[in-house]
Amino acid sequence: MRGVARLVGFHLPLGAFLLFLLFPFYWMLVTALKPNRDLYNLALNPLWTWSPTLDHLHRLLWDTHFLLWTRNTLGISLGATALSLATGLLAAYAIGRLRFRGSGLLGIAIFLTYLVPPVILFVPLSRIVSALGLWDRPAALVLTYPTFLVPFCVWLLLGYFRTIPQELEDCARVDGASRFQVMRYVTFPLALPGILSCLIFAFTLSWNEYLYALVFLSSTDQKTVPVGLATELVTGDVFQWGPLMAGALLGSLPVAVAYSFFVEHYVAALTGALKE
Amino acid sequence: MEAGLPHAARGRAARLGALVESREVLGWALVTPALALLLVFLAYPFLLGLWLSLTDSRIADPGRFVGLENFRYLVGDAVFRLAVFNTLLYAGVAVALKFVLGFALALLVNRQFWGKRFVRAAMLLPWIVPTSLSALVFYWIYDSQFSVLTWALRALGLVSRPINYLGDPDLARASLIAANVWRGVPFFAIGLLAGLQTVPRELYEAAQMDGAGRWAQFRFVTWPLVLPVSVVVTVFSTIMTVGDFQLIWIVTKGGPANATHLFGTLAYQRAIQGGFLGEGAAVAVFVLPVLVACVALAYRALRRED
Repeated sequence: MRGVARLVGFHLPLGAFLLFLLFPFYWMLVTALKPNRDLYNLALNPLWTWSPTLDHLHRLLWDTHFLLWTRNTLGISLGATALSLATGLLAAYAIGRLRFRGSGLLGIAIFLTYLVPPVILFVPLSRIVSALGLWDRPAALVLTYPTFLVPFCVWLLLGYFRTIPQELEDCARVDGASRFQVMRYVTFPLALPGILSCLIFAFTLSWNEYLYALVFLSSTDQKTVPVGLATELVTGDVFQWGPLMAGALLGSLPVAVAYSFFVEHYVAALTGALKE
Repeated sequence: MEAGLPHAARGRAARLGALVESREVLGWALVTPALALLLVFLAYPFLLGLWLSLTDSRIADPGRFVGLENFRYLVGDAVFRLAVFNTLLYAGVAVALKFVLGFALALLVNRQFWGKRFVRAAMLLPWIVPTSLSALVFYWIYDSQFSVLTWALRALGLVSRPINYLGDPDLARASLIAANVWRGVPFFAIGLLAGLQTVPRELYEAAQMDGAGRWAQFRFVTWPLVLPVSVVVTVFSTIMTVGDFQLIWIVTKGGPANATHLFGTLAYQRAIQGGFLGEGAAVAVFVLPVLVACVALAYRALRRED
């Protein structure tokens, strides 16, 4: 009886959740591996294929700009991450540790900017991007992604700095270290795990971004993976589904791997920061 | 080395050193790069957006001040009104579903069972992968001809004809809400799970001693303690859902017959595709009251808790 209760109250609902949450990934995979004659044959069971093929993958890699888009996305994400992490780290240290006049207010202001969704900003930003001569250039994204990455990094790192005892810094100060040296040789090395998770999140957030990349880049060879796949492979031609799903799978892979180690930390940081 | 420096230079270096040692100077120096980025690419566009919404600006034309003309026009515009309705429906239903399902999932995984680590990692996948890419999968799942969903419903004997998910206004709305819920449930689940884990075991034991049943334990122990985290997660998700763009744009582009336009997609269509920057900016400005209301509500709810 207990077993039945556990089945109905636990295993069945959990199984249903997993089916709901994971099926689209399975569907991605099956579609990517299925030959076209199976893909568009209504008489077959669509959930399986007996003749898996790498044709779609091959087409994606060699007949589309997918590899170029991957390179673009990688470059943009690395650039935006480096810029955001460097500026965010310094700002977080100043706000969290130096407690200069106005730092508390500044912290709240930076946090509020994190709540501003990109849909409010993309129209005026498009004007600024073209005024700066950045239209259709990767720099447009490297400079605009920090608008959501910097607030995010600052808040995550603020939380992290709080876990490092102030006494360590005080000791170094007593021993004659300058403020710069304390920051460089005491606090930053101790904050390394926080910096690392910041790096991963900032990178994946950049990798996943869609709206700014759609608005600010227009030529095919400048696009990022999310935008390139959705705009260049969706042509109304039914036979694109295979390569499209192969692309969705490949484009998801790096982020899934990176995130799987850190995601609980991310949410903890986020909810912790919001509760302040 | 130092002794070799001329007197004035040494004085300058010392003064510089003293400045860097000052909290105020070093503090502001360190925040300046981040602040500069946020001022130029966030604060300025934010204000520029407000200004543009008061002008008849076009893509290549700065336009002139027209007061509230854009807003007056939008209030009378049937498509915009529909977008307001769509946004409220989309955000309201999706956030409610995400909350209920996310809470249920959090309660389920907040116990000991075999394979817990795997389940917790796997359940996050929808939230982790790029939304634009998962949107493509839903686009394919909702295909009018080769939908796997229709196949499954047919196999179960529930339908006999293909379903045109994205061709019918109500079905299209429901389909998009389902996809949004799919993506957002993990976020609620992991956030609420973090909240659940802060509830001390002893409280449950004490409640059991007092004869509290499962429901009473949930109502009087779990719920009050996870309320702050619930508020935070809900507010965050509401803002993101109201400001959603990519899922809608990839799957329906706001169609059929504008039935799934949200503020974001309509602003994109009017400003970027149509070239009416002023009007598009005005559409986007409507996200603002929602944002402010959410933050204010959260602030009040959390204040009361303290």
